[in-house]
Amino acid sequence: MKRRILLAGAASTVLAVALSAGTAWAQQTVKIGAVAPKTGPLAAGAAVTHWPNIQLWAHQVNERGGLKMKDGSRRKVEIIEYDDRTNPGETIKAVERLATQDNADFIIAPYSTGLNVAAAPVYAKHGYPQITATSITDKIPELTKRYHSIFFALGSTTGLAGSVADVLGKMHREGKIGKRIAMVNVADAFGIEIAESARAAFKKAGMELVFDRSYPLGTQDVSPIVKAAKAANPDAFIAWSYPPDTFALTEQAKIEGLNVKAFYTAVATAFPAYGGKFGKSVEGHLGAGGVNLESPDIKAYFDAHKKITGKAPDFWASAVTYASLQVLEQSIEAVGLDRKAVIDHINKSTFNTVMGPWKFVNQSIEKYWTVGQWQGGAFHGVASTGLPGAKPAIVKAGW
Amino acid sequence: MDILITGILLGATYSLIAMGLTLQYGVARIMNLANGEMLVAGAFGAFWVFTSQHLSPYAAAVFVVPAAFLLNWVIYRVLMRPLVRRAKNRGMLEVDTILATFGLSFVFVGVMLLAFGGNFFTYSYLAEPYVVFGSPFGQNRLVASAAAALLCGLLYWGIHRTRPGMAIRAVAVDPTAAGLVAINVPQVSAFAFALGGAVTAAGGIALSSFLTMDASIGVVFTMKALIIVIMGGVGDVRGAMIASLILGLAETAVASLIDPGLTLAAAYLLFVLVLLLRPEGLFGRRSS
Repeated sequence: MKRRILLAGAASTVLAVALSAGTAWAQQTVKIGAVAPKTGPLAAGAAVTHWPNIQLWAHQVNERGGLKMKDGSRRKVEIIEYDDRTNPGETIKAVERLATQDNADFIIAPYSTGLNVAAAPVYAKHGYPQITATSITDKIPELTKRYHSIFFALGSTTGLAGSVADVLGKMHREGKIGKRIAMVNVADAFGIEIAESARAAFKKAGMELVFDRSYPLGTQDVSPIVKAAKAANPDAFIAWSYPPDTFALTEQAKIEGLNVKAFYTAVATAFPAYGGKFGKSVEGHLGAGGVNLESPDIKAYFDAHKKITGKAPDFWASAVTYASLQVLEQSIEAVGLDRKAVIDHINKSTFNTVMGPWKFVNQSIEKYWTVGQWQGGAFHGVASTGLPGAKPAIVKAGW
Repeated sequence: MDILITGILLGATYSLIAMGLTLQYGVARIMNLANGEMLVAGAFGAFWVFTSQHLSPYAAAVFVVPAAFLLNWVIYRVLMRPLVRRAKNRGMLEVDTILATFGLSFVFVGVMLLAFGGNFFTYSYLAEPYVVFGSPFGQNRLVASAAAALLCGLLYWGIHRTRPGMAIRAVAVDPTAAGLVAINVPQVSAFAFALGGAVTAAGGIALSSFLTMDASIGVVFTMKALIIVIMGGVGDVRGAMIASLILGLAETAVASLIDPGLTLAAAYLLFVLVLLLRPEGLFGRRSS
């Protein structure tokens, strides 16, 4: 039934285009490519943070009648999706294909740090703007120098680690927590890089590392790690972790009764599924990200996300991903489909986004959320690099 | 003591992952690379029962296990039989089935993506401590280990003490000779394959109570299962059980005594050692 309606719809569109042959060009859609994991290790993360925002954005733009071009015409967006199977080689191939075969007007940046960095040369070669909303790296200065087309909106590893150290250092100075930190990290590029910056940052903040270990990606039993961390008798537990380990470490810490005053896990702590799984025991948990839930724009965005995609956004990169699409939208509306002009426009302008006003400095956003905390059933931002609306961090009660 | 219990619990986890593949590879001679997806499908069944029916995830076994049995039976009859008939020898069958099931794993991932979406599937079931010899362990892991022990016990009894079990062992040793003594080899193979699928799905139910799953995670389990099956010796249920335990104990010992970063290295070192010293696996038979 659905298919028949679609067919009828398609037929009438063809008819409409044929009838208005003279204005057909003006009514053509803007082709937007999208490459990200639908399968593979990062698929679940992309299904929370990346794909729903594309769906939401396209829906909203088309509902408004399309992008409002300079000449006053309206052009709807058409999304062409590719699954890169979480494989950088596939990401590159799909971007090439979108640029050369599908003749996409624009290509939304891929998902995750690794896939974005892998695809950066291809975006640059074909001159497509790449506004990344899910890559965190300390290589931003090198990458932006080499590729004029790449933009960063989620921050750097040092920013993220430094903020965690600041939050803990402040709680320590206020006498809320002791200075003993147990730290673990997943042994891959993200975990190693961020643990490295964290070591220096914790030292600077006057904290003491009493336990510092890594574990391999895909570890199925984290209980030896949590047991050993507990034996070090820490005041704070910090894990630079990926989603499956974030869930496993939290569950195991609860089982072992790891009673720390500050409990931090990195990626996926901001996912609604985290709060959903652990319920009230996540009160006071710290994690990467955060968002200003008091902002009316964010509130409206959360409502729309739930209504259109049927699921809640996460409390970190979801809104950033949506804001990156708003940047693309506003630039196209300002200067048209000329990709070079769009890149220039992104460099020069200030954008009105759900994250507030955005201005790229040296191709990156300098004000971003770094630490969030579960308080009263939602994940609020408690530290950022200069954004308004941060809540004070609280001490974690028992489990 | 801590290490011993944690290791046994992890070993039980591994045996849940590997037991089904032992049957499929050892008896039906199908190196099923879509095995992990069957496990994830079972986990999804448990997730659904727990979140929308508010029942114990283990209640999912009531429909997941028969459904998996049936599905795998059909897969064997429709997809694998032509390959079995065509294959001139065991090596050829292995290559063909590896390719076919590799493709099948993508189909499964796609179907599960369509049916369940790409999100993480995780829920809290018995995530409470239970004190054994003075240290706390997750109740969900203990229950899953008990389920693993029960499953392994049943399988062991079924295969070594019953008549159909004897037929299964006969086919595992030599399909041609088994045919000569009036065993219906195609039927026994199909049964073993279907049983393997059902066992894997049941394992998925137990694992879902403490692991976070998503539609694409199956390959992780397939890889682990492969290592265990090859370590244990092809076609020997005992071997797979013991290999799981050894692997669980070794990984836990290394993680607790040396460094959690070395668990993978330890697992593969063991694997290499077994391959070097006993290429046929711990309990495998030397090919004559």
